[in-house]
Amino acid sequence: MPETRERIIDVGDLEPNFRNEILAEPGGERFMRCFSCGTCVAGCPVAGMTEKYNPRRIVRMALLGMRQEVLASEFVWLCSTCYTCYERCPQDVHIPDLMNAIRNIAVREGHVPPAFRQQAELLRDHGRLYEITNYENQRRQEAGLPPIQERGDEVRRILVRSGVLEEVES
Amino acid sequence: MRFALYLGCTVPVRAMNYEVAARRTADHLGIELVDLDGFACCGYPAKPLSWDAALLMAANNLALAEEHGLDVCTLCSACTSTLVEANKHLQEDSALRARINDQLSENTGRRYAGTVTVRHYARILYEEVGPERLRQESSVDLSGFGFAVHYGCHFLKPAHIYDGFDDPENPHTLGDLVAATGARLIPYEEEDACCGGGILAVDPDTALGIAKGKLDHVHITDADGMIVICPFCDIMYEINQRSIERQFDVSYRLPVLYYPQLLGLALGYSADEMQLRLNRVKSRELIQAFTGRARCPGAASNG
Repeated sequence: MPETRERIIDVGDLEPNFRNEILAEPGGERFMRCFSCGTCVAGCPVAGMTEKYNPRRIVRMALLGMRQEVLASEFVWLCSTCYTCYERCPQDVHIPDLMNAIRNIAVREGHVPPAFRQQAELLRDHGRLYEITNYENQRRQEAGLPPIQERGDEVRRILVRSGVLEEVES
Repeated sequence: MRFALYLGCTVPVRAMNYEVAARRTADHLGIELVDLDGFACCGYPAKPLSWDAALLMAANNLALAEEHGLDVCTLCSACTSTLVEANKHLQEDSALRARINDQLSENTGRRYAGTVTVRHYARILYEEVGPERLRQESSVDLSGFGFAVHYGCHFLKPAHIYDGFDDPENPHTLGDLVAATGARLIPYEEEDACCGGGILAVDPDTALGIAKGKLDHVHITDADGMIVICPFCDIMYEINQRSIERQFDVSYRLPVLYYPQLLGLALGYSADEMQLRLNRVKSRELIQAFTGRARCPGAASNG
């Protein structure tokens, strides 16, 4: 049965050091505490809607050392950061922080979903997610609001300094 | 009371009704909101790419407010949690603050000492003005209207960064603020559910499905609308309401108001002054009831 064979994990492919990589990443410090109770999944609005996202499974995959599968996955980008699991986790794993830590590692490996690439480009060019043109400022004036001045230069320098643009533009 | 008004990216472009109502009601209540030239994105969208980049972006905004000796008032809940969380890290971890400051001064010439406090406008209303005074100031009878309150996630969570402001599992502050306007609070199922906005750009179908869940719950009540305090939540429930109706073959036509708009109506401002015309889903009842109304009802009755 090839289907079953595909679902078998070959221990030879695992990278046991992945857990240390995550532990060293800001936000990943607590992930070894997970005892797989599933409280996170039970309250998760995304898991309630799609089987693609299952935080408990992601933690197990990471603990097993399934580095490539996790880093190249779509699912680590599906945490909506609602913090429901964060408040309820009996082990204080801080799952949204963990997902963020894994995302940061994935980005350094060149895995940046198109939506995040686009947002980074907007930040690079405008210092904000929405460009401010004369049109926006005219609409603001009509509503009696003061104009907004774009300050993209400082944000661009910050993004360059932290290496984000290298990954996004590569 | 003076605060630097931090607008973020979304509010000044996509939620001008919210911004106008917040500025008007703040002015009415004696809260001075100061515009600082130089605020940029809070760092929220950079966090998944690089925690450092997000911290630096947040620190740069905080340092700007600090230069002016002002605490910060936010309108977007995502900006709030990003700035409050970064602020907590920078205030409590001096080694981290030193490292971030070295990078910050190199790139923007600023340093952040850690003296600024960041609060959402709704929290400032709750803590500094208080429901009792809002009730006294509310001169217009709103008891004919009922609203379903949506707290959203980042106004309350992660709770530890908000130092016990409200209970994330059983919150009451925003409900108290709505009740203070005289409008009725309409309870509904799963009030704490997330809007799905955090993954709209990554997986729109799932995000819209999440938003639909709450619209379904509110729709079966007799609420005249929903009350939100975050532009992301509004984008999900109001701006995307038509898409959800089409995609799932349902019909809601449920008005969604920003809390300061409701507060402004209670304080005597007109529907026009609270920019209800900019709300995507129009509330005919509210617009009818509050159009042409004098700004100071007391003075009008004298005339």
